[in-house]
Amino acid sequence: MMKSLGSIRRSFAPWADPASKPFISFRNVTKKFGEFIAVDDLSLDVYTREFFALLGASGCGKSTLLRMLAGFEQPTSGEIILDGQNLAGIPPYRRPVNMMFQSYALFPHMTVENNIAFGLKQDGMPKADIAERVAQMLKLVKLEKFARRKPHQLSGGQRQRVALARSLAKRPKVLLLDEPLGALDKKLREETQFELMDLQQQLGLTFVVVTHDQEEAMTMADRIAVMSHGKVIQVATPAEIYEAPNSRFVADFIGDVNLFDGTVASNENGSVRLETTGGIPIRLASPERFANGAKAAAAIRPEKIRISRQPPAHAPINAAEGEIWDIGYLGDMTVFHVRLKDGKVVKASSLNAVRAVEDPLGYDQQVWISFGEDAGVVLKD
Amino acid sequence: MAKLASALVSRLVIIIPYAWLLFFFLIPFFIVFRISLSQTTVAMPPYTPVFDLAGGLAGILDKMRGFSMDNYVWLTEDVLYFNAYVSSVIIATVSTLLTLLIGYPIAYGMARAPRSLRPMLLMLVILPFWTSFLIRVYAWIAILKPEGLLNQLLITIGLIDQPLIILNTNSAIYIGIVYSYLPFMVLPIYSALEKMDHSLIEAAQDLGCPPVVAFWRVTFPLSLPGVIAGSLLVFIPAVGEFVIPDLLGGSETLMIGKTLWNEFNANRDWPVSSAVATILLLILVLPIVYFQNIQTKAENEGR
Repeated sequence: MMKSLGSIRRSFAPWADPASKPFISFRNVTKKFGEFIAVDDLSLDVYTREFFALLGASGCGKSTLLRMLAGFEQPTSGEIILDGQNLAGIPPYRRPVNMMFQSYALFPHMTVENNIAFGLKQDGMPKADIAERVAQMLKLVKLEKFARRKPHQLSGGQRQRVALARSLAKRPKVLLLDEPLGALDKKLREETQFELMDLQQQLGLTFVVVTHDQEEAMTMADRIAVMSHGKVIQVATPAEIYEAPNSRFVADFIGDVNLFDGTVASNENGSVRLETTGGIPIRLASPERFANGAKAAAAIRPEKIRISRQPPAHAPINAAEGEIWDIGYLGDMTVFHVRLKDGKVVKASSLNAVRAVEDPLGYDQQVWISFGEDAGVVLKD
Repeated sequence: MAKLASALVSRLVIIIPYAWLLFFFLIPFFIVFRISLSQTTVAMPPYTPVFDLAGGLAGILDKMRGFSMDNYVWLTEDVLYFNAYVSSVIIATVSTLLTLLIGYPIAYGMARAPRSLRPMLLMLVILPFWTSFLIRVYAWIAILKPEGLLNQLLITIGLIDQPLIILNTNSAIYIGIVYSYLPFMVLPIYSALEKMDHSLIEAAQDLGCPPVVAFWRVTFPLSLPGVIAGSLLVFIPAVGEFVIPDLLGGSETLMIGKTLWNEFNANRDWPVSSAVATILLLILVLPIVYFQNIQTKAENEGR
């Protein structure tokens, strides 16, 4: 049976189909602010109905990319194509995209309904149609009762929904969301993530969201572009990004990871042998072949590392002896920090599937850590 | 003890503005109002009745019978006063509109200037205050008079061959008021525009507004508090302005400030000039109170 990364089976994957045409294309887009290069020769395709996330630390160029799509910034070079139309020279007020701003940018002097109707009035839509559309939008974001309030009379979550309703009112081809949930507290943020996903499904729109929150991107997006210093490092589904990062940067940026540095000892049918600096021989399945003696690193997620009191059968390969250094109990799982002989601290997490354990692992205990051949990936240095 | 002291201090902080208003507005106003009810007489002070505490309460009550509304009746009988009020309000209104027209773009430009430049621009707006107001108005005489700098310049560059008569006309008054009160218009508008979130303009553009429309639908309504404050700061002193019409205006210019000065100094009629001042105050205060009421009501309705 064919193994799939992650536990999600997707039926929606236009990026995998060579026949499908991208809806939004960035082609060799560069944006400079003076000497500073915000976006560096970047190419990227987004498909119709996709929920696409631009993920990166602040200053990585993700917001600039979004603002260029909205028309607030012009690329220094390169072009942006939307639905077959080159966007160069088209001002923001003539682009078929709408943006939800990070600060929400609600008009403080207008009521909720006038905020939502703002773009429709500008388009000269008949009054009756505007009223109908506004009512529809208010219902969509469950704010019917607040139509006549001013923004300052709303809570943060309600404002966020007004901003969403306003940006959706004109039925844009693409909705741009700049840190849409950044100002909400954790609980509300998690709820709203799923609401946004449902909404996107329901309306059949293309969403491009900018976020620095990896959980947010992982939860909502069909695909994620991980960005750093104006470049896209990897574009892939959340599962691929997590399970098959293409670089140390992505492995380290998304989730927790244990990196074992070393040199390639040998390649043998579909797997790579690494000799780590800590002296652990590692063998991992790898579709890629590496030159013998090349520097590489094994990246293994904490939840894929087992802890046992006895050495595993496959020891010494993919196994090492150590001592429990720290224990973090998180409720749903427990994170162990195991200190190996060479001083390296390895993170291993285990799910607390039952409420009580007989003779649990304690501090300073001698244990073995181990992992399977498909527990991680080998990354070029 | 410390608690009591801090309570006292917080009280004091509230009392200060009220005390200020009491001593420097309400009490002087009552003195003026009281004089406006008196009759003029050749004495010092030049009005009657004059109270003294020697007569006791009964004496004061007795003298209060001397009060009358005669001076107010007098103001309605001579059309001069009515004309002076009307022409003052017209001149002040036109000047306020001109100041707004010139001041708004200046404030807008300042608010959109790079952040590092703004303190310097603010300084430049306030800078004229460092010279005496009188000197600045006198300087305008030198500029505007028939053989003044402006006419010399215009004749030299060949735009006109006869000097323009500007000094001692209403135009000179407009120039003087606009020049003198411009900072009072610029500063409140600037402060309203400066704290405005620029992403609001971007949101308006994103929703389909070309920049000019975005200005009228978003920027201008949000700067209205500044516009209103600036307009009041210009209009109120302009209505009662005396120095500018006296120095730059002509003999035919009728303004209430000048009328008041004439009554007070030339005629030595303190009661009538007090009545003029009281009516002027009502003309200024009543509309403002009315507008504020409307505004509070409108804001409460939104809740």
